[in-house]
Amino acid sequence: MAISSKRITINLLLIAAVASIPVIEKFVPLGLHISDPMTDVFVYAILGLGLNILTGFTGLLNLGVAAFAAIGAYVFAISTCEIYPFQLGFWSALGLTMAAGALAGFALGAPTLRVRGDYLAIVTLGFGEIVKDVLVNMDSITKGTQGINPLPPPTLFGHELGGSGQYWLFMAIALLVAVGARSLERSRIGRGWISIREDELASRAMGIRPDHAKMLAFATCASLAALAGALTASRLSSSGEPGNYDFQISILALCIVIVGGIGSVRGVLLGALVMVGMNSIVLVKLTELMGGSDAAPPAALAEAHGLQWAFLFVKTWAQNVLISPTNWKFLVFGLALVLMMIFRPEGILPARGAKEDAPDGDEGTGGVTGGVTGGITGGGASSVAAKELRP
Amino acid sequence: MQQTVAAAEFLAACALSRVDAVSGFARDGLLSSQEVFTQQLVTGLSNGMIIALIAIGYTMVYGIIELINFAHGDLCMLGAYFALTVVGALGVDQWAGTGGIMGLVLVLVGTAAFCGSLNWSINRLAYRPLRKASKLSLLVSAIGASFILVNLGLFWGGLPMDVFADGTSSAAPKAFPALVSAAPAAQIGDVIYSRTDLLVLCVTLPLMVALTYLVRFTKLGKAMRAVAQNPTGASLMGIDVERVIGASFFIGGSLGGFATVVYSLYNQTVSFQMGYRMGMDAFIAAVLGGIGNLPGAVLGGILIGVIRSMSDGYLEARWTNTVVFGILILILVFRPSGLLGAKLREKV
Repeated sequence: MAISSKRITINLLLIAAVASIPVIEKFVPLGLHISDPMTDVFVYAILGLGLNILTGFTGLLNLGVAAFAAIGAYVFAISTCEIYPFQLGFWSALGLTMAAGALAGFALGAPTLRVRGDYLAIVTLGFGEIVKDVLVNMDSITKGTQGINPLPPPTLFGHELGGSGQYWLFMAIALLVAVGARSLERSRIGRGWISIREDELASRAMGIRPDHAKMLAFATCASLAALAGALTASRLSSSGEPGNYDFQISILALCIVIVGGIGSVRGVLLGALVMVGMNSIVLVKLTELMGGSDAAPPAALAEAHGLQWAFLFVKTWAQNVLISPTNWKFLVFGLALVLMMIFRPEGILPARGAKEDAPDGDEGTGGVTGGVTGGITGGGASSVAAKELRP
Repeated sequence: MQQTVAAAEFLAACALSRVDAVSGFARDGLLSSQEVFTQQLVTGLSNGMIIALIAIGYTMVYGIIELINFAHGDLCMLGAYFALTVVGALGVDQWAGTGGIMGLVLVLVGTAAFCGSLNWSINRLAYRPLRKASKLSLLVSAIGASFILVNLGLFWGGLPMDVFADGTSSAAPKAFPALVSAAPAAQIGDVIYSRTDLLVLCVTLPLMVALTYLVRFTKLGKAMRAVAQNPTGASLMGIDVERVIGASFFIGGSLGGFATVVYSLYNQTVSFQMGYRMGMDAFIAAVLGGIGNLPGAVLGGILIGVIRSMSDGYLEARWTNTVVFGILILILVFRPSGLLGAKLREKV
């Protein structure tokens, strides 16, 4: 489909609007300070776009994408931090990080090519846990739970970038990745990925080599995740502790892809805005508005009786946890996943053809989940143990 | 040039630190005696029996609807919170003598009923609408359910009750009162068999026997086996497939409820994040034994319990998770059907 000029105009307007946020914040003191969390949105967009290549295009569910971000952050940290002997510059370290990420992707992808469907998801989850534990335990190299710091900030042509500079740089990188992902999707490689998602056997018959294509998808996903990890590390001037790259981050990335629209680049960008916006803007701002999450003073529950007791009980409980919006984070993620799966499995901005391509064989609600989402079963081919329930 | 040398030195140091770590494990291994080994074995077996009971919940659900019920571990976590609430509200830990035993039975049965009903409801709300959807949509929904349960656990920990330390820090781990006396039940040599070890056996073994009986000899069990083999065929034979699936969720959940009470008594602390670890251990056990296979889940549970405890004792506790997840990956890559599972079948 040709790109209409109207579409280009809309895209440019959106980009200009997002790019102007730091300028507006500088001159119009609204007191919102959203440019900082917006930088997070860009990083998560990169992470989501990477995951989208593996999970959305190729149909391989990855529950350990945070591990690649961790690898990226630590490779970046070790290659730039002054306490290590390498001390590369920002851009060369970034290049090295992406290469290392791709290598890690190969390392996980190669042995797991024969593992399919939900088993692959569990292998990636296990990989994520192992990477996290190894980073904590190899403390002679990784400084364990302290993380590695200080790290140099992002630079451009020799200038160190501050808040707004980082905002624009990260936005540009995210845009570049998005455009790259879009072109990849339409390229020979991308069409190969999608054909594997739809039907691996048929795509093999058409001359696509699924093993090569899957490895490439793994490496691209890992490389982009590593890039996201390195950018965050550079921004925070610390690799952060390994515990930061836990299962929650992987799930947040998955939420971004699924909520936005699995397999859809624009959807992933929107998903990053919605999910990260929810997580680090809405919930945080609400918490600030409500005056923090201090635990309530112990109520005089012992003396109260009957209705008064019940009222006090609920009130204290609410003050203890319910009132703090950040305590609702998991509920938001969880509901997002369950509700999306039930009511709109193709996401907010579905990939083109997500609905029409419903597999013919399915009856009933199968049609709704069809196309892209149905495709994440890995082309219907599954290698699982024969079903049984033996006493 | 100098930088290159420094870099090389650094890499060499990295390599050496690995060698150091490995030889450290070996040294520790030499120091330990027969008693230490037996003690670790006892702990491992007890934990393994608990893991096995939870693993049965995974394996039953997988056997019937091919879903990795990701929320199962967090269901058990909520069960522990429920048990703690019952203990706190009724003051079960103060009941003495026969009353204490009655209280323990009450907590066990109550938690089992709670977990069973909760699991049944989760199936009804989050999984049943997706019966015709792809397997991975179902898995994603299960992950979502797991996150919701974790959040409910966080809320629950904020209840202003004594057992939750007045709920002032809802995220902090909570101490689980010792309903079983800490005095050892038996001591042979230096190896202590505690009363909780005994309790684990007294709870898990009868349940496993009962489950085997149920699946093998009752009408419901026959229906479950039929649905596992072929849901369409089973429904054509007049079996209410949804009812059987619901029953499996209830039974699996209630076994998890029993297990979580014993687990909390054994480890004496509960937290809203414990479900992930418990669930992963049990899932790995189910896969190790051959998912969908009930004796396999028990075997896998015992093996994982023993491996964990040996790794704690002979390697270092901090490497235990890596060891267990490494085993998981190796099994999935090289023998996805597990130890007792049937041969692989490639669907085309």
